[in-house]
This record gives sequence, C-alpha cells and structure tokens, in this order.
Amino acid sequence: MAELTYLQAISDGLRQEMRRDNRVFVIGEDVGVYGGAFKVTLGFQEEFGPWRVIDAPLSETAIVGGCTGAAIMGMRPVAEMQFADFISCAWDQLVTVAAKQFYRAGTPVPIVVRLPSGGGFSGGPFHSQNPESSFAHIAGLKVVCPATPEDAKGLLISAIEDPNPVLYFEHKHLYRRIKAEVPEERYTTPFGKARIHREGEDLTVVTWGAMVYTAAEAAQQLEQDDVSVEIIDLRTIIPWDRKAVLDSAQKTSKVLVLHEDTRTGGFGGEIAATIAEEAFEHLDAPIKRIAAPDTPVPFSPPLEKAFIPQVDDVVAGLRELAEY
Amino acid sequence: MATPTAVDVVMPQMGVSVSEGTITKWLKQEGEEIQADEPLLEISTDKVDTEVPSPGTGVVQQILVQEGETVDVGTRLAVIGAPGAAAADSSDGAAPAAEAAPPEPATAEAAAESEAAASAETPTAQEPEAAPAEPTAPPAPAPAESAANGDGKSFVSPVVARIASEHDVDVSQVPGTGRGGRVTKKDILGFVESGGQAAQPAAEPAPQPEAAAPAAPAEAPAQPAPPPEAPAPAQPAQPPPPAPAPAPAPVAAAPSGELVAGENEEPMTAMRKGIAEHMRRSLDTSAHVTSAIEVDLSRVVDIRNKLKPELQKSYGVNPTYLIFVARAVTETLREYPWINGEIRGDKIITRNFINIGFAVELADGKGLIVPVVKHAEGLNLLGMAQAVTDIAERARNKQLSPDEVQGGTFTITNPGGYGTFHGTPVISQPQAAILGTYALVKRPWVVQDELGKDVIAIRPIMNLTLTYDHRLVDGALAGRFLQSLKQKLESWGESDY
Repeated sequence: MAELTYLQAISDGLRQEMRRDNRVFVIGEDVGVYGGAFKVTLGFQEEFGPWRVIDAPLSETAIVGGCTGAAIMGMRPVAEMQFADFISCAWDQLVTVAAKQFYRAGTPVPIVVRLPSGGGFSGGPFHSQNPESSFAHIAGLKVVCPATPEDAKGLLISAIEDPNPVLYFEHKHLYRRIKAEVPEERYTTPFGKARIHREGEDLTVVTWGAMVYTAAEAAQQLEQDDVSVEIIDLRTIIPWDRKAVLDSAQKTSKVLVLHEDTRTGGFGGEIAATIAEEAFEHLDAPIKRIAAPDTPVPFSPPLEKAFIPQVDDVVAGLRELAEY
Repeated sequence: MATPTAVDVVMPQMGVSVSEGTITKWLKQEGEEIQADEPLLEISTDKVDTEVPSPGTGVVQQILVQEGETVDVGTRLAVIGAPGAAAADSSDGAAPAAEAAPPEPATAEAAAESEAAASAETPTAQEPEAAPAEPTAPPAPAPAESAANGDGKSFVSPVVARIASEHDVDVSQVPGTGRGGRVTKKDILGFVESGGQAAQPAAEPAPQPEAAAPAAPAEAPAQPAPPPEAPAPAQPAQPPPPAPAPAPAPVAAAPSGELVAGENEEPMTAMRKGIAEHMRRSLDTSAHVTSAIEVDLSRVVDIRNKLKPELQKSYGVNPTYLIFVARAVTETLREYPWINGEIRGDKIITRNFINIGFAVELADGKGLIVPVVKHAEGLNLLGMAQAVTDIAERARNKQLSPDEVQGGTFTITNPGGYGTFHGTPVISQPQAAILGTYALVKRPWVVQDELGKDVIAIRPIMNLTLTYDHRLVDGALAGRFLQSLKQKLESWGESDY
C-alpha cells in the first residue's frame, strides 16, 4: 500500500479505470493539456491521448450533454466540473435528461460527474459551495461524498462502474491535506454503506466529506469531558446508510447531524427526519443539526470561518447534547 | 376627610411573589376611631413585616380576620365605617365578608396562572374561541408538575419513557442528571441496573443475574416490602436500594406529631417559613463552595478612627468596618461580573449595576431580612454608610417596602459581631455568591520591618469568606476575587472613598 493524498487517490483510481476499461474517458475544462484546475488529470493526456482526455469548451451543458449521449452509446464518461458550483449550468442535462433517461426509455446513463466542492480557502460564493443536497433530491441520480483517500479511490471506481449518473463530490479542502494508505490494486467501495470513522457510546455525529475531520477534532475534545462520540461518515448520501445511522442513534440516543452545506433544505434535515420517524422511541435528546447559515459563502476569511461549521461549533453542539 | 361610606381594608400585595400574609397585631380595635394612613394593623409576609395604614378616616367598624391568621392577598381584613357609625351591626356581616374576597384574588398565583395561560396559548392565540374558554383548565397542570419535580425534570424523553415502561419504573423516582434535573437515558439505565442489584441476593450463585435483573426492579418501587426472594442472612452490609427518596417535603406540610413531655410548640411565622423554603431551595439549586481569606485591616482601622467622629457629627452615621468592606466589595464586583451575575435558564446574566443585600437580624432575634442597597456602584463611603444605616434601621423597625428586599445581585452577611471567625452562609437565590465578614481580631502577624526582616506584629485581622455557586464561579475566579478584595482593603488610602 502506498500513502496517497486524497487528490492522488482520485487520480490513481481514475487512471486505473482508464487503463482497465477503454470505454472510460475524461472530459472537462482544461483537463487535458493543463492537467485539470487541480491537476487531478495531470499527465493523463500524455498517457491516454487527446481522444480520451478531452479539453471541452466552457460549457457545462455541453460537457454533461455530451457525456449523456456517449453513455447511451455505451461509453463510460467521467466529466469534470472545474468547480462544483458550475454544475448549475448543466442542471437541465443532468436532471431532465440523464436522471430520467432510464425511467423513460430504459437506457442506462453510466456517467460520472466529478465535482470539486467545499470551502475553507476564501473561494467566495462561486467556488466554495456544497450543492449535494440539491441533487440528492433528484430521483435517478446518485450522490457520493468521499472523506478519505481510500474511499476517494474506491468510490470513484464504484461510480464509474455504476449504471446510473453519479455525482462525485470531491472536497477541495481535503485534496492535499489528507493523506493515507491506499491499496494499489483496483477495488470498489460500495455505495450506501457508511463508515464508522470513530466508535463511541454517548453521542453520534452523522456527517460526510470534510466535516468528518471537523467532527473528529471535536470528538477528541469531548474526550476530556469523558464523553465518547461516535462519528458516522456516510460516504454516499444517495443512497445513504439508514441502518448504520439508526443503529447508532439507538445506541447513543443523542444525534448531531453535521454538514458544510447550508442548513435549510440541507441533507441533514432528511437524516434528522428519518431518525425522528424510525428511532423516536430511542431518542434521549432533540436531534441537533449543525450546518452553514443560509447565505452565500463569504469571501472574507473571518466571515468564511463564521460560515463553515468549525471545531468549536461542533464541540459546543456536542456539549449541549451531552448535558441535555 | 371622613370616609362617607364603609371602606374595606384588604390584605395588601407585598411584592409580586407574595401570595398571603399573617395578621400579627391589630393596632386599633373595633369601635376605635382612625385617621386615613394611620397604622391599623401589622402584618407579616414571607418577604417583609410591615404596618398596614388605614385606607380611610372613620371608625373601625369590624375586624374580620383575627391576629395570627394567615390569609390570601386581597382578603378583606376589616371595615372602616363613617365616623360615629356603630361597630358591626351584622346586617352586612361576617358571612358575606369571607366570600367577598374572591372578586379580587389578584395574587401571585393568579398572575402566574394568567402568564402560564398566556404562554400556553400563544400558538393558538388566533383561534377565536380559545381565549375565553381556556383560562381554567390548561394552566393547572403546569404549576403542579413543576412544583413536584423542578423545572426540567418533568420532561421525559422518548427513550426514557420506553425504558421506564419496559421496566415498570416510575420516572419521578429516578434522580436526574440532565438539564434542569431531567432524567437521562443513562440515569434510568443506571437506576434499573442498581435496582436490579439491590434486589439480588448478595450470595454469589452467578448464573441467574441476567434473567433476574430485568424482573426485579419492576417490583422494587411497586412493593417496597421485603424483597421477594432475598435470603435474609446474605446481605447485612448491603445498602438499601436507592429507592423512593420522597421529595423534600415543604416545611408547612410536615405532619404535626404529638408533643412529648417537655416539648413546646409554636407556630412558624410567615417569615420563618419563607426563610426555611428559601434556604432549602438555595442549597438544592446552587453548588455551594466557600473560600476564605485573612485581611489585615490596619489601614482601614486607622482611617475609620479618623473619619468616625466627623461622619457621626456631620451626618449621624457610623462608618463601620462593614461599610469599608461593602465599598471594596462593590469595586471588586465591577472587576468580576460573574460573581455579580446569575444563572438564568441556560444563560449567564451579568449587569452593569450592583445591588448589595445586607443580612439584617431582626430585633427579636427570630428572623432575618436582607434589605438591598441599589446601585451601590454609585455610592462612595459616606453614601454607602448612609444607605446601610438607613435600610438596617428600617428593617429593624419593619418599615421596609417589598421593593427594598428584592433585586439584590450580591449579598453580604456579617455574623462577625458575635466573634465568629468563619462560616458558610447560604446564597440568596438567584445570586451567584455571598460574602461573609467575621470578627476583627488582633492577632500576631508576620510582617516585614523596614529592613525587610520578618517580625511578628499585632495586627487587626478580619476573615472574609466568599460562598459561591460553583456552577457559575470557578474556584480560581473566587480566589482572585478574594485576593483583589483583600488587596483593596489592605491598601486603603486616606483619599480613598
């Protein structure tokens, strides 16, 4: 096993699949000659040639629309949005065409759209969003949010294999910060199977993406209070591992749902509602949500810090739950 | 001006939280003449003892409530008739009088009820029929519950309810450690578990615990009699199950047992009942911790000796050591807002004013009242001396108004007059701390002479204690407070005031 960054793991998984399966190709803005805005596909064009690593025009609609057509024709396209924020341009192609194609015509659309998402580096309102919950609401799409290098690779390969359109949210803040052992051989990480990032007895945090690490730091601080926190990394939010969440809720009876996306309509609401519906008799405290406030992501570093849930916020939330 | 027709004298509302009062003495008897505003009777409530002035000029026509009786606020106590009117002609006699009270039960209860009703109603306030229909029924359960259980304890979470029903446990018997005393899942699981153990035989035939454990606790609360299958000899040292600790009974409700020879019985005054309730509630509310410090008052003694004749001559007040301490405390409280603060729900309240309560013993030695000097932060030494002298005097003469015993943010108690050198007073709720001042005693004290050598000198030393609510005030904070207070008192200069 090699130690890879989160970014290298994505790159590694993608390269392995392209080597293994000729149907897999990459398309996006500057993914070819430039190697991608974040250099995920650096060296890909040299290895696979311009017909499998395609520099697209500045049109997200064209990229996703092209991928959809190619997928219907039997290819396995992997599109890259330079920033997840730009996916709104491709909404119609994704939601109206790709997501409904199989239901309408019985033709699978096995596309992957890679979405560098998340904030924490003063990217402002157009380069920092986490729009996963918008797509979680659309039947026919799958939504993947890896938190670790190992999952980044395994989930990407699963996404490419999956016969449905898959939105693969890769968190920019984790790209080079998170490094871990990643198996060199090809492997898949199943969708809908959460990962217990940390076991605990007293409180449960349900989260995904970069917030897994925020939660982990907070949980460590709670250790000093002798409060043991379990952290569930959902890995994929469509489908999501209800059983793991409900099991943990039954165990600890106190749940905090944490996400970096804004609060209202965020996927945390779905999780909280499910727990309330199905584990009501096991709850010992109101389900708590911590999420970003309902505003665009601010540029200013102090404002952005106030916007994105911080370790201290989670510590305070956990303490409140512990004391309830 | 004479009262043209009969005027009722009712039990006054002495502060928002006072709901009843006791007649301690009628100063006029039936048939006696009385002027408007002339004292008619003395009453005692749990907040203050005071005189009730006559609402009109005339004759005390009828006294409806006798000395020693306790009645609700608003109850008719007497009738003042026009001058020359005969005493009680009984045509509008006593019977209606008792019933006549209800029209005006503007008591604290009523206020609380209407508040409860208001808050209970808020969500449905738009519904037209809700308002008139509701007042009677819904508010009732709320006070009853909170009285029995304390604030948060009455809420039972879903998981606790489920465990309670599975194990047939009465949740109100489980000590709660959650917010506001709420019973948490851990609490009830622990209760079930320990109840199971207690009902187990102490002998060690290990195999059956799992089977027996769930069943046993179910029985424990239901039949506190002998544990069904307990083999008697096995468990001599076993402590009794942590079972039904009866809720601390309110003083008034205690059964009046038979007197045995040599015992004497006297009724509790309203003030004593109030003190009893407050002391118990304070200890049940705050986490009391006391820290003490020794203060060398040499400088204060000198300055006081200089100031005393002048202040007494010009203003008629005595600058006691307590006044100096109160001044220094006020300055120190400004540096430590939490000690002048309060826990309100899950919030911490601080303020930019300092209202110091002074515990004053009543002349008969049978009670204590805590009049408050408001806005102490604006008083200099003379102002403080005047304020304290004034309220202490009026407290002893029962002339305080209810407002003057409320609103304190910090309290000073001074049992030192009797030579005590240490104590652990009880915090006046909902404050965060209380300062105790003790006897000023000349003691051998190690000081440094002008050469920097240690020598033993005779110094006037006073012990001060800070008893604080450890929920809000940490020990280190209390320590710094005392240190700062000591430093102020020990460095008191002639120009300080």
